[in-house]
Amino acid sequence: MSKKIAEAKAPTISPILRFQRWFGRNLIRVYMFLAFTYLFIPVAYTFAFSFNDSGKSNLIWKGFTLDNWQNPCGAPEVCNALANSIKIGLLATIFSTILGTMIAFAIGRHKFRGRSTSNLLIFLPMATPEIVLGASLLSLFLVLHINPGFWPTVIAHVVFCISFVVVTVKARIASLDPRLEQAAMDLYANEFQTFRRVTLPLVAPGIAGAALLAFSLSFDDFIITNFNSGTVITFPKFVYTAAARGIPAQANVIASSMFFLALAIVIAGQILNRRKAR
Amino acid sequence: MSFDASSARGDLILTRITKEYGDFKAVDDLSLTIPKGSFFALLGPSGCGKTTTLRMIAGLEEPTIGSIHLGETDITTTKPYQRPINTVFQNYALFPHLTIFENIAFGLRRRGIKDVDAEVNKVLNLVELPHLAGRKPTQLSGGQQQRIALARAIVNRPALLLLDEPLGALDLKLRRQMQIELKWIQKEVGLTFVHVTHDQEEAMTMADTIAVMNEGKIEQMGSPADLYDDPETAFVANFLGQSNLIKGTITGNDGDSIIADLYGQKISLPKNRSHAVDNSMYAGIRPEKFRISLLDTPVSGNVLTGGRIEDVSYIGVSTQYQVEMPWGQELMVFEQNDDGVAPFNKGDAVNISWAPVFTFALRGDEDVTAGSEVNPEDLDEE
Repeated sequence: MSKKIAEAKAPTISPILRFQRWFGRNLIRVYMFLAFTYLFIPVAYTFAFSFNDSGKSNLIWKGFTLDNWQNPCGAPEVCNALANSIKIGLLATIFSTILGTMIAFAIGRHKFRGRSTSNLLIFLPMATPEIVLGASLLSLFLVLHINPGFWPTVIAHVVFCISFVVVTVKARIASLDPRLEQAAMDLYANEFQTFRRVTLPLVAPGIAGAALLAFSLSFDDFIITNFNSGTVITFPKFVYTAAARGIPAQANVIASSMFFLALAIVIAGQILNRRKAR
Repeated sequence: MSFDASSARGDLILTRITKEYGDFKAVDDLSLTIPKGSFFALLGPSGCGKTTTLRMIAGLEEPTIGSIHLGETDITTTKPYQRPINTVFQNYALFPHLTIFENIAFGLRRRGIKDVDAEVNKVLNLVELPHLAGRKPTQLSGGQQQRIALARAIVNRPALLLLDEPLGALDLKLRRQMQIELKWIQKEVGLTFVHVTHDQEEAMTMADTIAVMNEGKIEQMGSPADLYDDPETAFVANFLGQSNLIKGTITGNDGDSIIADLYGQKISLPKNRSHAVDNSMYAGIRPEKFRISLLDTPVSGNVLTGGRIEDVSYIGVSTQYQVEMPWGQELMVFEQNDDGVAPFNKGDAVNISWAPVFTFALRGDEDVTAGSEVNPEDLDEE
């Protein structure tokens, strides 16, 4: 009854105006939809073509198959390259996280001569074009009579990962209330116990984030790796070389898996955070 | 540990402590003895050096000059974790990653105490929050966090408990309640409490002894009543409550009393309340000690005539008057609304009287505004 009255009283609105109003209210949603479509079309494409019964070249859709997922190491070299990338990634992550965290604490917590200079220099590897960094590192290794290969690649990755670790961990340290450490010392914890029981647990989320970032940067790197890895084939290198004659669908399988793995980590992190906040 | 100060007990003795930050002297040649078992308050405006003093006692700062003793033991340079001293921090500083139980157990575990459970539960019961043991600090209200911070400190039974503006973040009502509770807990556990605050009412409510600090020095120390009734400096007279300070000259003696001339009118005051060094002086009278009477009413005690009511504010329990005197000064008078007498009106010609015993005298060269520009009440209601 009342609804009818309201309808009767409402002035008629032209369809154009109505659309404009709807559009105004939902502009942010429309924009989000377009942005995410743009971002995820390539991922969706990669994922879809991991099911392609491709044969040699995975450029044209030839039919659906689960073979590639059942046998991701089917294509020669693909899993070997993946293993190399994971090994290099893990080593680079461990070293850069430890070193970077130490630097972040030094810069974030202590006053010493050259602190502001160090603060500035740490950004340099981030700002340097990768191609320059890669070439310079190669010439440095050659001068030192070190042949390109597995360990030079690890060292090169540590170089550029450290900056990102320092920046991430430093931000976390800056948000840490120094009074918490003072409270720990006040409650009979010596310097080491204070670090172990209070500082480290509170900075840990920052360190974990930095480690994830370092791993994904290392895993993904092509330019610097290409200069310094010699005969060692990493996953990006494999894809690059394979691209010339057609990337095997197994590469799509691996790429998609990595994507879903990363997604799972992010979602798990979110759930964990919400539980903690509750 | 080469030497263990954690068993030290006794009075806390600060000897000629100075703390400098560059050219700035936060604490200036301060000596102080805090008797064991007392509730001691360091009171002063922000920047007076009270928190720096507290941090030096806690071991979070080292004095530039001077020494700190706890009983017989010199603790001047020992680390915070080597001192039997615990602090309730201003923002509580509860560990956000640990449960309430683990927060309280932190000190016990570091000292390797057995039976942590029993100790923690006992202190949780003392602060009446045993049901919160499993929560995280962020899930607690401000008042609850305050109590947990207190519990985390007293569970260690320190020789000395330091409280750094512990009630500053609470609303007025909760603060009053916590003041009473803190006082009760201090009696219950029998520890020495050193309480730093800018709130004079808080200090007066809780402390046995108050040291009023100003610019890195102690202006005056004593019981709340001593400080209020017999302030030695204009700073103390103005910072602790309100005072009317009237310029005058000492003209003579009468037994235990001093006779003074205030703008041509004679008054008397007790000799032992005079801190004047020569004939020039300021007579000090608290606003609630004054009585107002109409010109023709006979009055006894000290009398100042020729006043005129300039302003009347009725605030329920009392009425506050501004009375302008012949020499142009406005005096503040608080009259209790307890005698059924109708309040005076603006413009009334009145006399002001009071009992001579309620008069104190300050040096004639004092800055009468000292301590009044930082009104602690204003800071409170922020």
